[in-house]
Amino acid sequence: MNYDQRLQHVSVLGAAGKMGSGILLLTAVEMADLSLKPENKGKTFVLNAIDLSNEALSGLFGYLHTQVTKMAEKKAVMLRQLYADRDDLIENYDIINQYVNDVLALVRPTTALEVAYKSSLIFEAVSENKDLKVKLFRQIDQHNENKSWYFTNTSSVPIHILEDEAGLKSRILGFHFYNPPAVQRLVELIVTDTTDNEVKQFALNYAKALRKVVVPSNDFAGFIGNGHFMRDALYGIKQAEELAGERPFVEAVYMVNKVSQEFLVRPMGIFQLIDYVGIDVVQFIMNVMNPFLKDEELHSSLLDKMMKLGVKGGQLSSGAQKDGFLKYDRGAVIGVYDPDKQAYVDVDSFAAQCDEVLGALPASYQPWKAAVRIKDTDGHFAPYFAEMKGMDSLGAKLAINYGKNSNDIGRKLVSDQVAHNENDVNTVMLTGFFHAYGPINNYFA
Amino acid sequence: MKNMRRKVYMTAGYNTISMGTGRKEFNPKKERPGLEYYIKEAGQGVLKQAGGADKVDESVIGNFMSARFNKQAHLGGFAGAIDPQLEFKPSLGVEGACGSGGLSLITGIRSILAETADTVLSIGVEVQNTVKAIYGADILAGAGYYDKRKHGHAYFFPGQFSDRAGVYYEKYGHEYARKGMCRWFVNAIENARLDPTAQEYHNTIPDLEGLYHKMTPNGKAFVDHLNVLDCSKVSDGASGIVVTSEEGLQRMDIDKKDAVEVVGWAQLTRNIVNEPPNPVELTTIKTAAKRAMEMAGVTIDQIGTVETHDCFSIAGILAVEALGLAAPGKGAEYVAEGNTSRNGKMPMNTTGGLIGWGHPTGATGVHQAVTLWQQLTGKAGDAQINIPADRPYGLSINMGGDDVTVVAIVYKRG
Repeated sequence: MNYDQRLQHVSVLGAAGKMGSGILLLTAVEMADLSLKPENKGKTFVLNAIDLSNEALSGLFGYLHTQVTKMAEKKAVMLRQLYADRDDLIENYDIINQYVNDVLALVRPTTALEVAYKSSLIFEAVSENKDLKVKLFRQIDQHNENKSWYFTNTSSVPIHILEDEAGLKSRILGFHFYNPPAVQRLVELIVTDTTDNEVKQFALNYAKALRKVVVPSNDFAGFIGNGHFMRDALYGIKQAEELAGERPFVEAVYMVNKVSQEFLVRPMGIFQLIDYVGIDVVQFIMNVMNPFLKDEELHSSLLDKMMKLGVKGGQLSSGAQKDGFLKYDRGAVIGVYDPDKQAYVDVDSFAAQCDEVLGALPASYQPWKAAVRIKDTDGHFAPYFAEMKGMDSLGAKLAINYGKNSNDIGRKLVSDQVAHNENDVNTVMLTGFFHAYGPINNYFA
Repeated sequence: MKNMRRKVYMTAGYNTISMGTGRKEFNPKKERPGLEYYIKEAGQGVLKQAGGADKVDESVIGNFMSARFNKQAHLGGFAGAIDPQLEFKPSLGVEGACGSGGLSLITGIRSILAETADTVLSIGVEVQNTVKAIYGADILAGAGYYDKRKHGHAYFFPGQFSDRAGVYYEKYGHEYARKGMCRWFVNAIENARLDPTAQEYHNTIPDLEGLYHKMTPNGKAFVDHLNVLDCSKVSDGASGIVVTSEEGLQRMDIDKKDAVEVVGWAQLTRNIVNEPPNPVELTTIKTAAKRAMEMAGVTIDQIGTVETHDCFSIAGILAVEALGLAAPGKGAEYVAEGNTSRNGKMPMNTTGGLIGWGHPTGATGVHQAVTLWQQLTGKAGDAQINIPADRPYGLSINMGGDDVTVVAIVYKRG
């Protein structure tokens, strides 16, 4: 079975979810492009969009239509060539519409898992629940005569566990997209000891067709991305809890969030990032990873507390941020949650005072938006952090410690053989988390 | 026509802002003023200077594709929206692709010459930012022969002029041509920075030349031989001017020194069904300019400034050759040496032209007349150039389609 044939009958599990819908979109476009090749004329391509929720599936086509239209508009020059033999399609408008129709026509939304029995490739993007994943894989594989390949989007469960428990020897790998898959260029690729080389090769070709940057990760719970993020988040929480010994909790959260965003020049502060991913998801991923870690406890009682209080963060289906540790108004942080009062406290009521305690940013500070465009990363950040080290403010101290810890996490991912090398760790954080500089550096030594 | 039976003037010009990318206030995601707003602003801007709508006998509105950009045809009906006193007077819409503005002027000139009117309100308008560029390309492709659309480029007109540029590169040298085209672009932006209504008025990029050469044409994303800086802008805007007789000037109480005289004109079309006879020559422009200057009894050496239809930088280079300012193949050099810059031998497009001021397609011909009226009467503000006493003429070249409809007009200080 060649590349095109492998992609003739595909199923996406959890297709209406945030990750699943993005994977569905990219796969639908790739399959449509294949189906339009002259040698594939007359062949049928099928993409099953399988999800538990009929409601969510009903909104899927609206999302796909909008996204495919945008993609088609960008490649109109190529599409005119693709449809050159269609005399009825004359204007860009006609051609783009036809392409959108051709992409959408491949997609079959359903709540019935049975349709996956005929697929030769299964993408899995259901919730981070190992047992659920195993159950779905087993059921499909028992009825599937194609010896289907399974690509799981898990960000935390070791692939070999899924492989063993579902009986998928050599036919499964981790193909971990970052959120949102349509935009984020990073994919973590995780193979097991037995993954067939043909499966891996196909995955690399598929990633290349989608123009993704592939970073291989060893098969260790959390892989590189969450391996860094979860520990980084725990450190941020720890810093906040320590600060909260001397000042109100909301101020501590505000300060650590500010330090991790502005002082460390990241796109978001750590509490905002936890909210973005979802407090529930972070807690869940830690729970999945924890049993696999030796001499390390990946757990936060603060996250448990927030979950008990029903404060979860995450995003609405519109992409708008839900309130979590922080309260948002059109993307801007306007409050911090006080678990004792079970209410948000306005940032305005304490921000100025906290900012004064933290102290000023180094004079060479460039905000993240500008800093990511700087080509000579070392040339900018080495003196920036050197300047920070010479400062006596609380903000500078917290930031240096935070940066050191992030550095240690990165290096440990390599020494623990989760990542193949330092460069892979940095690529994941630069590409998948949009950091302006890699965590493994010499700025904090 | 060799001689005009009656003197024809233009006065009281007005331009709206050319709105679109480049203007700080432009936000494609926010609702913006539409067609009616622009027609009214330009019309009322002219009437204010003309002393009121009661002085106007007739209105002409030039527009290319409002029927598709704005789902609105029948623009002649908007005269009454400019001013109630224009209602129940003659008013009509004219169309000749991007030469529609020029046709609006010509229609006014003909009315004056036919003595059916003494003052004609001539307007040009286009509001194009209603659709994304990729669909705008479909709409603008209507200026070409529809039978060729299927096998044309996604960006149809950039594709047409990219092909012309490709032949020019092959014939005269790639680097040589790009150098001239780059200078054309730089001149356009530098001139636009002097006119507050220009779309590139806010442009502060320090190294325009560096920027231009960095952007290598990429046929996969756009067209083979042009980058986006070689192209005119996608614009919303309108311009207006009064075309009038001596009696009309008196009626409006406007002195001749505040008007320009139309001393020669030509309006020609090439067969739209055929390919251009020569890809590196703008044959219709060449013919029309020659006839207009013959009618005016002047040669190109007597012209003090030119407004030409630089929908693409290559069209600017080819116009230089078509007007006889440089021999075939020498246009790029002529421009690269600075001859067409505002302090050069022949200042061209002194408020930015289509690349710098903007290209609200149906308005462009009228905008050119307004610029020449401003320059020849000393009303161009910061963009004012010196018009030598021995060269008191201006020439405008407005083109529709790929050198299909051309309007050439020679103006003289009033």
